[in-house]
Amino acid sequence: MAISRDEVLHVARLARLELAEGELDRFAEQLSAILEAVGKVGELDLEGVEPTAHPLDLVNVWAEDEPRPCLSADEALANAPDREGGSFRVPAA
Amino acid sequence: MGLNRGAEGSVIDTFRLTAEEAAGLLERGEVTATELHRAYLDAAAARNDELNAYLCTVEDGAAGASGLPIAFKDVVSTKGVETTAGSKILAGYRPVFDATVAARCKDAGLSLLGKTNMDEFAMGSSTENSAYGPTHNPWDPTRVPGGSSGGSTAAVAAGLAPWALGSDTGGSIKQPAALCGVVGLRPTYGTVSRYGIVAFASSLDQIGPVTKTVRDCARLYEIIAGRDPCDTTTVELPEPVAVPEAEDLKGVRIGVPKELNEAEGIEPGVSEQVERALETARALGAEIGECRLPRSVEYGLPCYYLIAPSEASSNLARYDGVRYGLRSTPNGDVRAMYDRTRHDGFGDEPKRRIMLGTYALSAGYYEAFYGQAQRVRTMIRDEHAAAFEQFDLLVSPTSPTVAFELGARTANPLAMYAADLLTIPSNLAGLPGLSIPCGLSEGLPVGLQLIGRQFSENLLFRAGHALERALDFDYVPERYR
Repeated sequence: MAISRDEVLHVARLARLELAEGELDRFAEQLSAILEAVGKVGELDLEGVEPTAHPLDLVNVWAEDEPRPCLSADEALANAPDREGGSFRVPAA
Repeated sequence: MGLNRGAEGSVIDTFRLTAEEAAGLLERGEVTATELHRAYLDAAAARNDELNAYLCTVEDGAAGASGLPIAFKDVVSTKGVETTAGSKILAGYRPVFDATVAARCKDAGLSLLGKTNMDEFAMGSSTENSAYGPTHNPWDPTRVPGGSSGGSTAAVAAGLAPWALGSDTGGSIKQPAALCGVVGLRPTYGTVSRYGIVAFASSLDQIGPVTKTVRDCARLYEIIAGRDPCDTTTVELPEPVAVPEAEDLKGVRIGVPKELNEAEGIEPGVSEQVERALETARALGAEIGECRLPRSVEYGLPCYYLIAPSEASSNLARYDGVRYGLRSTPNGDVRAMYDRTRHDGFGDEPKRRIMLGTYALSAGYYEAFYGQAQRVRTMIRDEHAAAFEQFDLLVSPTSPTVAFELGARTANPLAMYAADLLTIPSNLAGLPGLSIPCGLSEGLPVGLQLIGRQFSENLLFRAGHALERALDFDYVPERYR
């Protein structure tokens, strides 16, 4: 199945990904080929088969709700591209 | 080149020394932890320019360490040591905490030699998707080492580390181990903590050992495995790790899945070496029989390339230029900053997978793609479970081919994806897999994949060790001998 340039742009917008003009054609072509290959899963009739989201059958893993030491504000901000006091600083919304 | 003198004139041959042998030198006081660390850094200084296996090395890594040195794939968070996951978007990122596996290695006295190269965010099968240039195969530098843990497998094969950690989502430990002629274990999902590992596809990602021998592999697995309160998907091991001793395979029933061994694209030279290994297994006392995985191989790759990108599109949403990593600042608002940062920071493969996953999860397509892939995953689990009713282990080639030329598949994503054809099905089923070198084809290593039931690592070690002894593969690349 082919994916159009418009659809690629739409998906990129959903994923918050800017694309340059030249990239758009290349990705549309590559994604079309990949979608055609993965679309093969549609050949199988798996009605009634339960989906697997996770390979182990773990249910409800609980932990006691107890406070533990955590990162300090300075540590949490240590890798920030920009900060102001105890906050991450970003361009205006 | 690999020879360095320790105390008492003992020789540290980084090409040949196994981790166990290095530990013996330490225990007997023939070398110190600092001398060992130094010897591998010297080896890296001599050969890393050619191989690009390390992204960075840690000069003072042996400070306070009492044990062996180790290298980590750059997907493992290391406190204060740059961790990029092979991506430009994480350039300069220095974690403020250690991943659980890094902390466990530290607690065991291991010293960090450095961080190894990888396909960006572990997306790839050749290490060519690294933003920091490809790693070269120590057996033939014009060829890829496999991927995505190609930096770790090349480092171990070239004597730049006695052992290393890699990560495996669709085959990223097993396949490069095969292409570099070393041992690699993808553990049972849930046995090794993912806390502090840069996430790719969370229902598939696992950390595992890359080593020269199966016994080393068991020893490193013992250090890193076990439940971690910081990762709720982890469980306690049902039995302690057993370092293998036995050199026979009496009573072990080995299944040879027809579809995994006769898949299109398997090179004749690869099949030949795998058949030779099966003959050896029979001579060691194993019972060998054919079995079927009727649809797992045909549908495994499409299933994986829906599930993994879907999970990746969610996991990689965190790279937004706000809390860490790259920020690009075009004129405009915060949204323009997000979009440009992600455009500039991600390479083509993460971009493709983010878009593919976003598409597969979007309204109107979810059921046909992601939902259907999850049902295919159940089918693949069931097929493997049926095969394990008759057999204790399943075997196949790890990779359909030996190491391919650099650049041969970079223009065609689907050709690159096919490198994981044989490793993906058991990964989707959550099963452990061990790759051991079993011979050469065209002068390049061939890997044998052994697949076990969940939590059967001890049997994988036993079988891998017995075969390794009998096959007597020389893990030192011919051009270094």
